[in-house]
Amino acid sequence: MPNPKPAAAASKPKPPTQAARASRRRDSETGSHSVMDFGEDMFGGGKAQKPDDQLQLTDQELKEEFTRILTANNPHAPQNIVRYSFKDRQYKPIPQVDQLAVHFVMEGNLIHRESDEAKKQLEKKSGDAAREPIDEAAEASEGEAPPKEEGDEDAPAPAASGKKLTNQFNFCERATQTYNNPLRERENQTEPPPRVNFSQTANQWIIFDAYQADFEKNQEKGKEKKGGGAGKGAEEKARKRLTVMDTQADDLAKIEHAVKMLERMVNQNSFDEIAQDFKYWEDPSDEFRDQQGTLLPLWKFGYEKARKLAVTSITWSPKYHDLFAIAYGSYDFMKQTRGLLCFYSLKNPSHPEYVFETDSAVLTAALHPEYPHMLCAGLYDGSVAVYSAVQKKRGPLYQSSARTGKHTDPVWQVCWAKDDLDNNMNFYSTSSDGRVTSWTLIKNDLVSQDVIKLELEGGPVEGPDGIKLENLASGTTFDFHREASHLFLVGTEEGKVFKCSTAYSSQYLQTYDAHHMAVYKVTWNPFHPSIFMTCSADWTVKIWDHNKTEPVFVFDLNSPVGDAAWSPYSSTVFAAVTADGKVHVFDLNINKYEALCEQVVAQKKKAKLTHIDFNPKHPILIVGDDRGHISSLKLSPNLRKLPKEKKGAAQPGPQAQVEKLDKILTMVG
Amino acid sequence: MTDVDETLKRIQSHKGVQGVIICNESGIPIKTNMDNSTTTQYCSSMVRLTERARSAVRDLDPTNDLTFLRIRSKKNEIMVAPENDYLVIVIQQGENL
Repeated sequence: MPNPKPAAAASKPKPPTQAARASRRRDSETGSHSVMDFGEDMFGGGKAQKPDDQLQLTDQELKEEFTRILTANNPHAPQNIVRYSFKDRQYKPIPQVDQLAVHFVMEGNLIHRESDEAKKQLEKKSGDAAREPIDEAAEASEGEAPPKEEGDEDAPAPAASGKKLTNQFNFCERATQTYNNPLRERENQTEPPPRVNFSQTANQWIIFDAYQADFEKNQEKGKEKKGGGAGKGAEEKARKRLTVMDTQADDLAKIEHAVKMLERMVNQNSFDEIAQDFKYWEDPSDEFRDQQGTLLPLWKFGYEKARKLAVTSITWSPKYHDLFAIAYGSYDFMKQTRGLLCFYSLKNPSHPEYVFETDSAVLTAALHPEYPHMLCAGLYDGSVAVYSAVQKKRGPLYQSSARTGKHTDPVWQVCWAKDDLDNNMNFYSTSSDGRVTSWTLIKNDLVSQDVIKLELEGGPVEGPDGIKLENLASGTTFDFHREASHLFLVGTEEGKVFKCSTAYSSQYLQTYDAHHMAVYKVTWNPFHPSIFMTCSADWTVKIWDHNKTEPVFVFDLNSPVGDAAWSPYSSTVFAAVTADGKVHVFDLNINKYEALCEQVVAQKKKAKLTHIDFNPKHPILIVGDDRGHISSLKLSPNLRKLPKEKKGAAQPGPQAQVEKLDKILTMVG
Repeated sequence: MTDVDETLKRIQSHKGVQGVIICNESGIPIKTNMDNSTTTQYCSSMVRLTERARSAVRDLDPTNDLTFLRIRSKKNEIMVAPENDYLVIVIQQGENL
């Protein structure tokens, strides 16, 4: 772009443009804009274009000459620059100002062809160009090329090679592109992993159950580790078998417990009145009937299979106060029958809890005082058997056989004894064959040992063929002393009662001529250590001091006395049942001569009552007859008077009971 | 015949027992001696009630559990025993209920 300013000192003015310049100068001074002179220059004498507002000048004015003088000074350079001088501490004008003004600068990469650099470049280019033809022509002719090159040497380089120098304007970029490999896409879809939505509200007890299960798991693991590998296989097998059994078993077996409970509930509803009576009813007339009492009949227990069988034994469970065991058999020796062992609960009078059937009549049964499920029974065929209420098996757990020394005559009574030194359970039995035998449960066997043979006076009797027959009494009942465990009494069919000790098998400590007929029951007083009671078919109940050969009390009940029992709550109260269907309850403390209560309780006429037992806790009696009926009776308040509390005495203990009986005995004595 | 069957029979023969129903925990009757509609009605409502009762008992004490449910009404008593994922329902009518 042309500069409108006056030419610098360095520029050389040219004559043809002098006038134009002058006019331009003028234009700029007047502020008007003009391109006319440029137009003349550019369009080469074409028609001049003038702006409308251009100053109209006459030719004369145009021809007028202006004289201009070029100076070396830049008119625009400032003249008055001052700068602070620290030396003089004042502003001082600067005399030297740069007068140079640059109007146009352009950088290029053209080089003068005669400069050294250009020469070098030319040489290089010509070298390259020359070599190529040599290489090409080398095979054709070598002689032709050299003279040509010599001739060309003086010629200017661009002409010779025809090549242009590369520069900013003469430049070509070249590139190649390789083929792109085509892209290939490959996809595979897998089946999505299975997903399940799960939601659950976690209650406190769900969390508790989970922890409990985890705890049990851990404990089992711990046990397995301790147990080691040896027993593992067998255990697993057993477990497998169990699971197989479980699946095979009827599903209904799972609800056995629930159904049992429901049966009791239904019974409770049906027999609600009786249950209320059992709990709350007290005979109000007792207050006015001094020294007399009554029995209130409560539940009646029945079982269709036990119909027409005689009740031969009644035992309350020592642990569960609502449970008792009944033995069924027959007292008619011409008509022997099968036997039954039943456990009844007061909670379900309509059906027994457990039932065991036997081939021979059961004549006696006893529950173990410490293991309340263990039941031993004596059978008519002379064997003794042991059952467990919780057993799965139908038959007995143990049964004596001829090999193990079973009795040869009916077993009339059995009784558990304390575990021996090896903690084996053992019991005693007595039979008509004249033996009292001790039985020990060792693993799978019953081991017997005769304690005593009940020899009668006179020793062995001569038989018809000169054989000596042992003259033995038939034991019907026995009872061990509660404190001196070696001491026991045996009642016999002959009416005699022997006091024996397990320490001496050859002789009796004492013989009592107790009755004229068979002794049905002999039992020690639960409180007083020296008192016992016998009852017999000769219609009498007798109470004895074991140190005296004569009875202390004799009661005639006008009928064979099947059974008698001491009460568990008072030393002076006992009850007896007779064949005429009556229950007699005595309290020696109140009446020493007559029963406080004499009541017919048999469910049918002519039914003989056979056995009786007191509940160890509740004021009720269980009575059985020879038709298989069982009744429970509630004792009225008069029949269960406890010894009076002494003032100052802390509690009516067993001592009070003993004192009470002693007092009566001294009165009699 | 299993012990359970015998016991059920005895319960049914009791005086005043109107019905015995066994159903599973989802309320599907397995054994019953009542007619169809009554049975399903009893099952569905007892299952729900038992579930609520159990959760009430267990919420109060997680170590505790429901063993039995007795509902006395003007006309009868409904006894429900939940056991091993089954419910045993007995409906008994009595003079003194």
